[in-house]
Formats: sequence, C-alpha cells, structure tokens
Amino acid sequence: MTDASDNMMEVKNVTKTFGDEWEQETVVENLSFSVKRNQLTAIVGPSGCGKSTVVNLLAGFERPDEGQILLNGKPVTGPSKSALVVFQETALMPWLTTYQNVTFGPKLRGDMAPDALKAAADKIIDTVGLREFRDKYPLQLSGGMQRRAELARALINQPLVMIMDEPFRGLDAMTRQLMQEFYLRLCEQESRTNVFVTSELEEAIILADSLIILSNRPTSVREFMQVDLQRPRNLEMLSSPEAYEYKRHAMEILHEEALKSFKGGAGNSDFLEAYSRQG
Amino acid sequence: MVDKKAKTPALVRLFRDQTFRRGVIAILAFVVLWEIGSQFKSWFGVMVPFIGKIAPPTAVAVSWVEVGQWPGYWQSWYLSTGRVFLGFTVAMIIGIPFGLAMAVNKYFRGMFFPPFEILRPIPPLAWVPASIIFWPTTELSIMFVTFLGAFYTIVINVLGGARSIDIQYLRAAQSMGATQWDLFRKIILPGTLPSIFIGAAVGMGITWEVVLAGEMISGGGQQGGGGLGFFIWSSYMGGVMDQVVVGMISIGLAGYISSSLIRYIGHLSMPWRRMF
Repeated sequence: MTDASDNMMEVKNVTKTFGDEWEQETVVENLSFSVKRNQLTAIVGPSGCGKSTVVNLLAGFERPDEGQILLNGKPVTGPSKSALVVFQETALMPWLTTYQNVTFGPKLRGDMAPDALKAAADKIIDTVGLREFRDKYPLQLSGGMQRRAELARALINQPLVMIMDEPFRGLDAMTRQLMQEFYLRLCEQESRTNVFVTSELEEAIILADSLIILSNRPTSVREFMQVDLQRPRNLEMLSSPEAYEYKRHAMEILHEEALKSFKGGAGNSDFLEAYSRQG
Repeated sequence: MVDKKAKTPALVRLFRDQTFRRGVIAILAFVVLWEIGSQFKSWFGVMVPFIGKIAPPTAVAVSWVEVGQWPGYWQSWYLSTGRVFLGFTVAMIIGIPFGLAMAVNKYFRGMFFPPFEILRPIPPLAWVPASIIFWPTTELSIMFVTFLGAFYTIVINVLGGARSIDIQYLRAAQSMGATQWDLFRKIILPGTLPSIFIGAAVGMGITWEVVLAGEMISGGGQQGGGGLGFFIWSSYMGGVMDQVVVGMISIGLAGYISSSLIRYIGHLSMPWRRMF
C-alpha cells in the first residue's frame, strides 16, 4: 500500500526558517507527508499557519533548510514545469490575452510545434469554457474566468503535480461553488495529481481523496485523513452523514489549532508584556 | 449597437461625447469670464483687483493673429519644441535603462541610488549657472537642464514600476521555464510599461516648464537662446502684455499637445489597458 512508486511527491522532515541570525522564525518544522499519484490531496490549516510557505516549498520557490522534497523520486531543486502553481487571486499576465497566456509556457520553452501548440491551446481553452474569450485580456474576464484561464495555462504544460494555492479565494459564493463543481469534473475526467491548499474545510472535503490538516505555526502535519466519499462527487454530498462526520472531526482539530495561535503566539505575549510594563 | 457606432462619423461622435462637450463648455465659460473680468473694472459694484490689469481674450486674439504672421514667433515654437524633444528623448534613452538596472540589480541599486537621491531634489533651474559654465554653448546648457527635468521623474517611475511587479508573475514564468533574460523581456519590461508612460507624461510636462525657464535666463543673442520662453521675456521687457499672454497660451498648448501625444502612444502600445 505504501509502495514508494505510489507517491508522486514525498515531503521528508522538512524544516524552513526565515529571518537573519538575530531574529528567526521557524515556519515549517519537521513536515512529512506524501502525495499519492493521480489523487487529489487537500491541505488545510488555520490561517497564518504557513500554508503559503508549504506551497512555495513544494513548487521549488523556496528551498528547505532541512529535509528534502522528492517529486517523482527526484529531489526538487527549484521551480520547474513539473510542479506548477495556480496562485491565490490571479497571476495571469495582464498584458497577454487568454490565448497568449495559455501558450506562454510552451512558447517560452519551444518544446511544441506551432500547429500542435495551437491545437492543444484551443482544446484546453475550450475545456475551461473560454472559447469566446480567447483574445480577451485578463482584466476583461470575470474572476471565475480568470481562474479557469489560469488553470488552462498550467494544464497545457502537463505538470506532474498541479499545486492549487487557495485558487478560489476572493470569488463570490456562487462563482466559488460553480468553480468547485467545474474543478471536480475536471479532476474526475482526467487522472492527474493535485495538491489543493485551502482554508475552507468543506471545499477540501468535497474535493479530496486525502486530507492533510496542518498544525499551527511552526507547522507540521497534525492529522492525515482519508476521504472515502464515492465518486463522481457533487456538492450535495456535503450534507451526507459521512461528509458531516469528516467535517466534524476535522473541525475539532482545526479549532484546537486556531485557538493556539489566538492566545499563544509569541508576538502576542511580547505585546502584552510590553503593555503591562508601560502601565 | 456596435454597428451603429462604427457607422457614425468620428467628428459627430466626438460632439455627442459628454466629456468632450463638458470640456468645451468649461473652456468657453473661462474665456467669457476672463473677457468680462478684464473689460470691466468692477463686478456688481465690487472692485476686481487683478484681472482688470490683464489683457482681455479679444485683445490677445488680435495680438495672436498679428504675431502669427511673424516668422520669429514660429521660430520660437520650433526652437522650444526641438529642445524639449531632444532633452526628453535623451532622458528616456538614459533614464529607462538606468531605472530598470536599479530595479533588477541590487548591487547597481546600492551604488547608484544614494547619489541619485541626493541629486534628485536639486531643482533643474539650480543647475543653470553650473551648466552654462560647463557646456560650451548656451544651446547645450538649455538642453541639459531640460534633460534633467525629465530624467529624474522617468527614472523614479521606472524604478518604482519595475519593483512593484507582482512576484507571482515572475514565479509563474519561472516555473514554466523562463530564464533570467526571459523574465526581464517578458515580465519586467511589459510590467513596467505603464509606469514608463506615466513617467514620460509627467516628465514631458516638467521639460516644458524647465525649457521655458532656461530660455528666459539664457536670453537671446547670437549663440543660441530664443524660443517661447525668450518670446515671453522679450514681450515683457517691451511692455507688450497681449503678447506675454499669447506666449503663455502657446506654452500651454504645446505642453498639452505633447502630453496627449504620449498618452496616445501609450494607448496604442498597451492594448490590455484599453478596456472594452
């Protein structure tokens, strides 16, 4: 069951500290987990726990101080097209049209013949439902369309892992729901390895095959849950008793972790101390 | 709706445009008030202190028609425009790469930003005496001062613009395989373009201010000089107030035309900023 080849990604005892020698903060401490091939692994954690740092580590934007991250058996040494991130808010280049954004990666690398690239790009733009917006600029698209365009831009590079960093944050409730449904269908149609980072528990449960709950800062894995809701899924399943049970359990842990940061943080006590000394 | 728009002639569309009409009405209202103000010494029994001393628009218009027949007046336009254009172009050619270099290289920034920031607050006009001594001809010293006027603004805008590019664009490009040169060419350059045009438009305004002052100080004469600034100065010395106002409005128009030109070029080269 835990054969190494099942794992697309392995995070082994990773620690990451920021700051200089006078003022250091360990954001990630002894983090270990694995991401199964062709599965969706969701990562949730209390806000400010260091989720973005985890994303940056997985994508190779940051290097771990200790431990290592393996992608398909090889250590991650820097950003590459094997692990692509769909960013919070949007990171579409505002000066490129949808089509130009989607073809940005392959054109840069020159690894696709022009005809093949055009066909692939048009197909992907179709898949995400943006055919009519092919030649529009990002600012002319709605929030939901921008996320779909960005999804297309990542998909065309055929990454080994897609890392979604709170991709639906900032969308209104209705659009968010539509995007979740769209993303569910997309994941279920094509087998792909996804890491989905979010602060929304329900979103994580309905999308995920496995769910990782991160602890408060310095963050590490607090709980690993297998989500065995049947597929294909839909958003109504959230009200099923199984989903409710997952949610209740996860919520309990998250609440506990969130509470720690609320009363415990070092900055907080410093402030209180300084304040009381003043008085 | 779209078809109808395309068939209507551009001029008709312009006059139907609310903003355009508002602008025209505002200018007309201003001219009328000015005319009334300078014709009558008092308004409804209240003495108007200054406006009565300025030539009314009708007198200015008459003077303009007269001045328009002098080759010297158009020569002044030509001289000032040439100086502005040259100083501005040199400022762009040096300022844009300089700003970009400071934005992308921390060693370069560490070395050149402090002296740049010390020189920046010195008003271009404070350079006039030094540049008259330094440069062999008056023409060159006026151009140098004009260049300074635009240079600082352009550099500061380019630097700020390039530094404020969202790191996510760079990261996204990097993971898709961009080299350092790709990042510069495909992310930093287009990402800075809006700031370059803002810097250019503001810098252009400053060059007009500076060139005029430079011309006034340098005076006319055999070796350079002249220009709209000198035109105003000599009209003032000759006591012809109508002509002073003609000169002032000429500068206003020249500045407006050049800034509009820059905005238009910006509009053409940044299609993603044109919404709908």
